[in-house]
Amino acid sequence: MSVKDKVWLWFHRMASPAYFYNLAGQLLPWSIVATTTLMLIGLIGGLVFAPADYQQGDGFRIIYVHVPSAWMSMFVYMVMAVNSAIFLIWHIKLSDIVARSSAVIGASFTFLALITGSIWGKPMWGTWWVWDARLTSELLLLFLYLGYIGLRSAIDDRRVAGKAGSILALVGAINIPIIHYSVVWWNTLHQSASVSKFDNPSIELNMLIPLLSMALAFKLFYLCILLINSRSELLEQEKRSQWVKELVTSS
Amino acid sequence: MTPKQKQRFILVSLLVVGLSTGIGLVLMALNENINLFFTPSQVVAGEVPDNQRFRIGGMVTLDSVEKLDGELTVLFKLNDSVKEVQLKYAGILPDLFREGQGIVAEGKLNEEGVFIADQVLAKHDENYMPPEVEHALKVSGGDYHNNEAKE
Repeated sequence: MSVKDKVWLWFHRMASPAYFYNLAGQLLPWSIVATTTLMLIGLIGGLVFAPADYQQGDGFRIIYVHVPSAWMSMFVYMVMAVNSAIFLIWHIKLSDIVARSSAVIGASFTFLALITGSIWGKPMWGTWWVWDARLTSELLLLFLYLGYIGLRSAIDDRRVAGKAGSILALVGAINIPIIHYSVVWWNTLHQSASVSKFDNPSIELNMLIPLLSMALAFKLFYLCILLINSRSELLEQEKRSQWVKELVTSS
Repeated sequence: MTPKQKQRFILVSLLVVGLSTGIGLVLMALNENINLFFTPSQVVAGEVPDNQRFRIGGMVTLDSVEKLDGELTVLFKLNDSVKEVQLKYAGILPDLFREGQGIVAEGKLNEEGVFIADQVLAKHDENYMPPEVEHALKVSGGDYHNNEAKE
């Protein structure tokens, strides 16, 4: 079997609801353990061991929640957009379930990023909010998530809801590069990137390591929520199928 | 891919490419309005709207901060390493306000070309480091963050 065939086989297997349901169930405990461990490392490292910043003092520590949530707000949206495209083109139901299960958690990350940023902004900048490109585009992202959730729940027919939601998710994806490059393309109050300059991050190593640990913990936390949500969505959607009936009668 | 899937693939790609181009053009057209502030060079060159409130952003010039006795009023200059503008502000400055630090001020230009600010915001830069490192950098003369502020 060639590599290409193997990839296609994996793709098809993943798309099979019963297979995915079981795989997700097996993955879940591991991702919960990994999330907890990394989050503890990140929190203790960030709140106890990392030194205070030379200008902001201890106030900078909100970065350990703010930056991972902001990254996740964009990452989750990209997962939604890619899965929406797959659903629109290949009509793979599982992709629609992944997209649908991601929306609420993505909106929560966006909300968290906005709130923590605002709390930090008041003492450091001197204002809770300013309509600069970064803040405005991030707020727009929150509205896109809420619009997606609203649109889907307004349509009863699952297939129609999936199509409409997918198109909205794809259209909104254009906002993601705008958020990312807003601090480069325009002058803003928000500072530019500290970490993603891989050659020379503008943040000390003992401050950076807890941050990366938190970022990974947030990713795995999203995975946990995604697995739980998509498992229940799958059961709901496939309730008339043979494998769900077997699952229910056997337990 | 089946022909049907190929057709949908093309449709989805067209949607994404078309929208990106459209939004890109809109953003380019609105470029000036999306920028949060004008630089001192733009202000000196007269690119700012007349008799209108706007924001100016730049670095606080070293040794330019002057506090008027018995008042909250502060005089200071903002520069972008090319041009300089005199500012006047009456109010409480944010914690991060210091010489060499980037700030954004909102207000109006008066006839003498002095910017009367009614709000001053500190623009934090992207550098994070412990105080010892900052001290060491300053001693070694490293220009890590263009900040030679007085402690």
